Amino acid sequence: MRLLPLAARSLWNRRVAALLTVFTIAVSVTLLLGVQKLRTEARNSFASTISGTDLIVGARSGPVNLLLYSVFRVGDATANVSWQSYEMVARHPDVAWTIPISLGDSHRGFRVMGTSSAYFEHYRYGARRSLGFSAGGPFAELHDAVIGAEVARALGYRLDDRITIAHGLGEVSFVEHDDHPFRIVGILERTGTPVDRTVHVSLEAITAIHEDWQGVGPTPAIGARPGEAAAPNLTPASITAFMVGLQSRAAVFQMQRALNDYRGEPLLAIMPGVALQQLWQLVGLADTALLLVAACVVLAGLLGMVTALLTSLNERRREMAILRAVGARPLHVFLLLEFESALLAAAGVLTGFALTWTTLALAGPLLERQFGLFMEVGAPTGYDLAIAAAVVAAGVLAGLLPAWRAYRNSLADGLSIRL
Amino acid sequence: MTEPAIDITALRFAWTPGRPVLDVPSLVIGRGERVFLRGPSGSGKSTLLGVIGGVLPPQAGRVAVLGADLGQLSAARRDALRADRIGFVFQMFNLLPYLSVLDNVTLAARFSPRRRERAGPDLEGAASRLLGALGLGQSAMLGRSVAELSIGQQQRVAVARALLGAPELLIADEPTSALDSDTREAFLSLLMQECAAGGTTLLFVSHDTSLGRLFDRELSLPDINRARPEAEAA
Repeated sequence: MRLLPLAARSLWNRRVAALLTVFTIAVSVTLLLGVQKLRTEARNSFASTISGTDLIVGARSGPVNLLLYSVFRVGDATANVSWQSYEMVARHPDVAWTIPISLGDSHRGFRVMGTSSAYFEHYRYGARRSLGFSAGGPFAELHDAVIGAEVARALGYRLDDRITIAHGLGEVSFVEHDDHPFRIVGILERTGTPVDRTVHVSLEAITAIHEDWQGVGPTPAIGARPGEAAAPNLTPASITAFMVGLQSRAAVFQMQRALNDYRGEPLLAIMPGVALQQLWQLVGLADTALLLVAACVVLAGLLGMVTALLTSLNERRREMAILRAVGARPLHVFLLLEFESALLAAAGVLTGFALTWTTLALAGPLLERQFGLFMEVGAPTGYDLAIAAAVVAAGVLAGLLPAWRAYRNSLADGLSIRL
Repeated sequence: MTEPAIDITALRFAWTPGRPVLDVPSLVIGRGERVFLRGPSGSGKSTLLGVIGGVLPPQAGRVAVLGADLGQLSAARRDALRADRIGFVFQMFNLLPYLSVLDNVTLAARFSPRRRERAGPDLEGAASRLLGALGLGQSAMLGRSVAELSIGQQQRVAVARALLGAPELLIADEPTSALDSDTREAFLSLLMQECAAGGTTLLFVSHDTSLGRLFDRELSLPDINRARPEAEAA
């Protein structure tokens, strides 16, 4: 019967309207695929923000809150953890390592984190990847700083550049500790996690800044001799939170319970994986809504196609009568319209895929730089193909309406047009 | 092959009950006959052609076309009969604007394996031979868009399509009314010639009585149709 080429020729004859329809569907499919990819990547990069840490311990608040400020550098701690408690945990025989975290300062909009060299040794992200240096190495002296990849890129910093650290978190701070110029000794490799946006200094450096700041005014003597970095008077009274790695994962529940029940100080110990899950459920709502919106846009695109086909039917009654006269059955007319819907939907999906992949290839580096989202430009996944099949199927389904109208028209019209 | 091409007995058809459009006691057209049917507009002409063409089911009476009793056939079989054995030419706009001249002619074979077979192994060759016989043989013509043709040329392409694969019956519904008188004569003689060559029965419907003398037989629809659709409606 070879109706398919006939449908293609007929569409080509109305190509301006047909191409617009294809483009509408393509844009909606691009949106759907894009949202889906973004969702997957966001979830992946979210889940890979931290790994290998058994517990995160902070002052008692909520698990999501603790996760947000300790890992994502979002929000602030309401209270601190005393150095004594930290020392107690760090010396526990089941504990393999601890990473102290002290937050609260910033450098030109980027968070400053005070920590110890254990951070570079034990912190893991993604598939248990450790932090690597693209230049330099860990801090060794009081006024050494190690910056994340994004900090280096955004501010154009290189090794040995000198920076000052502001108290508070604003982009512009009125109280700058500008008598403590820090020297950049290390730049971390890009991780796609909040580490990229962090300036790391030693705990002692944080203490040094704040002792000064709490005093009447800067004392020129301090900081002039970096060799005194490890001086005992720079041991902090408290830290914001700390991460714990255990000798054996089996001890994790026991340790968590012990910390949560600790009577000396109200502490909260969370397992990062569990807290990430909880947080994702919160964030995931928004991205499910986004997916729903994208699906609705696809629906709108298909409705546009149905409208275009329906409005064309009246001016095509002559065409249908000719086909009937040369022997086409009403079923053929029905199928002709169905093929047109299928062709439009398929062309829209193909164009949408091309558009998505082109956009990903072009915008990928930008997304990675701006949001730390690494969008993989690979072969379409099973999910992508399922989307493609679903859109074409929806197109064929939507095409039932114009096809049925054309079928009825051709039954009523026969060989001549009866209006 | 002794049955007539068209054999109608006591046919009745009404679009709305109680208002018959057709009431034809008898109409017989023999094989190979070339019949002129004069039918002013509103005389039930389109309805009669719809019934003969198998698009409309006869509501009462017997309609046999090329030996097949249409009342006994399903809609699909009637469509198949039309595809296989009947060619149609209308007043104008016979062609699909998105197909080339050649593709329009071979369109008939798309819906009928029988006509494709009867056209011979070289379908496009058969189509261009027919076009050649109708004065449209130039190879430049074949690939052209039908929108570039004059109305006279379009009508001849329509005849070529109606005759491809040698259907036994050709129904022409006012095929000349859009043509000027010079082309009309030429068109008619080509049509007659081609029907004669293939032994095709020709049912030619027109309101232009001056053409009737060219045919084997002349009929008037108001004479054979007892229903008066126009009078009923008025």
